[in-house]
Amino acid sequence: MATAEARPARLGRLERSALTGVLVREVVNYSSYWKSSTFSSTVEPTIYLLAFGFGFGSLVSTIGGYDYVDFVGTGTVATAVLFSSAFPAMFGTFVKYSFQRTYDAILAAPVDTEELVTAESLWIATRAGVYGCVPMIVAIFFGLDPSWGMLAVPFIGWIAGFGWANFGISIAGFAKSFENFNYVVSAVLTPLFLLAGSFFPLSGFPDWAQALAQLNPLYHCVQLIRDAVFGFEGWVDVYHVAVLVAFGLLTWRVAIFAMQRKLID
Amino acid sequence: MGAELAIRLRNVVKRYGPITAVDGLDLDVPLGTCVGLLGPNGAGKSTTMRLLTAQSIADEGELEVLGFRLPEESKQARAECGVTPQLDNLDTTLTVEQNLLVFSHLYRIPRAERRDAIERALVMAKLVDRRDSRVDKLSGGMRRRLLISRALVHRPRLVLLDEPTVGLDPQVRQELWALVDALRSEGTTILMSTHYIEEAQRLADTVLIMSHGKAVAVGPPSELVMEHAGREVLEVYGPPARLAEVEAQAGEAGMRTRRTGTSISILSIDGDNLGFDGERRPANLEDVFVLLTGEEIG
Repeated sequence: MATAEARPARLGRLERSALTGVLVREVVNYSSYWKSSTFSSTVEPTIYLLAFGFGFGSLVSTIGGYDYVDFVGTGTVATAVLFSSAFPAMFGTFVKYSFQRTYDAILAAPVDTEELVTAESLWIATRAGVYGCVPMIVAIFFGLDPSWGMLAVPFIGWIAGFGWANFGISIAGFAKSFENFNYVVSAVLTPLFLLAGSFFPLSGFPDWAQALAQLNPLYHCVQLIRDAVFGFEGWVDVYHVAVLVAFGLLTWRVAIFAMQRKLID
Repeated sequence: MGAELAIRLRNVVKRYGPITAVDGLDLDVPLGTCVGLLGPNGAGKSTTMRLLTAQSIADEGELEVLGFRLPEESKQARAECGVTPQLDNLDTTLTVEQNLLVFSHLYRIPRAERRDAIERALVMAKLVDRRDSRVDKLSGGMRRRLLISRALVHRPRLVLLDEPTVGLDPQVRQELWALVDALRSEGTTILMSTHYIEEAQRLADTVLIMSHGKAVAVGPPSELVMEHAGREVLEVYGPPARLAEVEAQAGEAGMRTRRTGTSISILSIDGDNLGFDGERRPANLEDVFVLLTGEEIG
């Protein structure tokens, strides 16, 4: 009576069709909000670029051996990656599980939490990789010289964006309420944002702060992007990539754990 | 193996901290039938539904859906199930058609069949001419029809409907009943939770009355009524003091009674009126429900 051979094989983990299903949902949704999202992702870094470029730029012309516009233009890329990944991941995830209950619908389909989280972070990472290039393109108009290494920037943005997306999803998974995000933004993201060398070099900081920066994925993202644009420097860039990959893998597993706890009771 | 079961639960327990939401539940849903889970709010109906998609993991007991053991093989089971949640979770900024398109992907419909599947769902939801409307522009009834047909886009063998008509106008409710009835006549297996007696009585082949996480009665609606409330019921009206008196007297006479808001119903009054003055009416599932759960329903 056991008809084992007639039963379909057990479905695996991280199936392509499950990931595709979640990604299709994101892409179709994106078609309804791409204008506002592209607007904010473009305008925000441009404002940073203009404010710092003209504000500081009038005081300092070169910094750490770079023209200030070049320095800040590349630094803003990492900021744009952070803004277009960590924030949408945090808020989007929260809205999708608590207000829209989208995740209830998706998990009732043949999709597991692991696939859901993976697809969501892949999607956010891809967007971050693309949006991250915007400030660089803007900076070209302000005098940043184009280089072949710039072609690596979307990929760097993608790797970092994957980590930040999963960081955001983890926060949303652990958060008890929307208000909890304030703590994370103030106590975690803002310091990381400033301790990354985006707008000013960290050489003026005390040693302990510089040591701390080594733990900051955004710092590695900033360094890697500068090296991509101005010329790779060998092993140190391999190290930056390794840190970003490790960051991505770690947050990915944490995000899956956090969401599993949140969504499956 | 006997009648093939689409759902088989044995002694299932689900606790949330100190609360036991599902408390030793047995549930059989034979293939090709419609089973109604009837119970007041908080009886454990929604938890049971979540257990069946492994969105809740049972603390004890055995669960099988379409022959797959849960939670280990839940994904295969989900691939052949359609689920309509109690709370609307459509993508409101997308159009009707886009919502169906997304689910045609989530339910892995092959590319060549996708168009037809979406058309079929649009017809079923009677939303063919609203295909390009955004969901937030639809009426409540339309949204619910879309929510149900979204769950049917891949022609599931088993459909789980969690309170499919809750919060809707009576007229809209009847429209949805027609939809569920059509599905049933096509041979789709349905498990539906509801706290509307009439819904269960009309649609379900078998009703399982749930209270405090347990099954208190199972059977076809007419048999449950016959068994617990008899053919006819005598409804006696009067001031509270009079009702209490009637209740006591009926109890002494060995009759079962149940309270309604303004009257007392004496069940199984198949002979004469036993000296009580009241109105006779056919017994119904509500009598059984109130008798067994001790709770009024909205």
